[in-house]
Amino acid sequence: MQFINGLTILLVYQLIGEITARYFSLPIPGPVLGMLMLFVTLAIKGSVHSTLEKTATGLLSHLSLLFIPAGVGMMVHFDRIANEWIAISIALVLSTIITLIGSATIMSIVSKFVTDTRRSGEEK
Amino acid sequence: MANQNLSEIWIYLSASPLAGLTLTLMAYGVAYRLYTHFNNNPLLHPVVIAATLIIGFLLLTDTQYDAYFEGGQFVHFLLGPATVALAIPLYQQWSKIKKLWLPLSITVIGGVFIAGISAIVIAQMLGASLETQLSLAPKSVTAPVAMAISEQLNGLPSLTAVLVVTTGILGAVIGTRILSLIRIKDDAVKGMAMGITAHGIGTARAFQVSNEMGAFSGLAMATSTFATALILPWLVGCFV
Repeated sequence: MQFINGLTILLVYQLIGEITARYFSLPIPGPVLGMLMLFVTLAIKGSVHSTLEKTATGLLSHLSLLFIPAGVGMMVHFDRIANEWIAISIALVLSTIITLIGSATIMSIVSKFVTDTRRSGEEK
Repeated sequence: MANQNLSEIWIYLSASPLAGLTLTLMAYGVAYRLYTHFNNNPLLHPVVIAATLIIGFLLLTDTQYDAYFEGGQFVHFLLGPATVALAIPLYQQWSKIKKLWLPLSITVIGGVFIAGISAIVIAQMLGASLETQLSLAPKSVTAPVAMAISEQLNGLPSLTAVLVVTTGILGAVIGTRILSLIRIKDDAVKGMAMGITAHGIGTARAFQVSNEMGAFSGLAMATSTFATALILPWLVGCFV
């Protein structure tokens, strides 16, 4: 019963998220909006019920399983991939390297700046 | 007579969701065991192995994807509640997020812009079709959210699923090497870059390096997932 209660809470939030996103024609996926709403609820409440925590952990520990059917859907796009594989692979590899270097650089600069201002604040 | 019975059984199986669902779970079971047997090597990610096994089986038996998805959809449906469930790990990291909100939010927002723009612009320059560009755009966030974003942008969610997994594996395999090449030593910085770029697969790799790198990667993954869902639809409007 615990698992069912947990799943019900998740589905209710997903449903509210979908309805809100559609009603206000928001460019955010319904489940993501549901995630935000659940997060806000938890932050206000200040705790997670163990039932919900168990269901969520169970569902997320095998998250990979859930996107296998979509991954298999790649077979429908074999022609597209065969035609565009060079563009896809180069974009994928370069963008991955650029994102790694870019975010590491931003984080290094920002955290240095934050600690520097803290230190100079302490010196005064 | 026996052959006729067999073909009748085959007709029943190919029309019922039972076969597709069982096939998905069995392929995942095999792939997951293989993955853990080889110390969670990202190159043997269960999605890659399982999808390859299933595609091979479907091609051998001349089964259409739609017939398979009759069963696969029951697993696929759980992506929605699993996305909502991501609120729990995000909440569990809330105290850390509050403490580090300034460097965290600047890095995550910057990283999300870089990931989205670089993927779209490079694909565009190399002459990829519009649908491919849109399917590539959310490649750095966790698959369930990336697929939802891709669907919203009129991309191809199943192509996005494959690109997300490939990005994750690529980030996990080359990530630490690239980061030491540009002389990043701080595990917190490495973790942030890994989580923003390579979502859950990168985070799993980060935890193999150190707990600190893993924790920061998880933090970056959770926050960048949400930031991408908010930012990318507008960003795509500017660049496509």
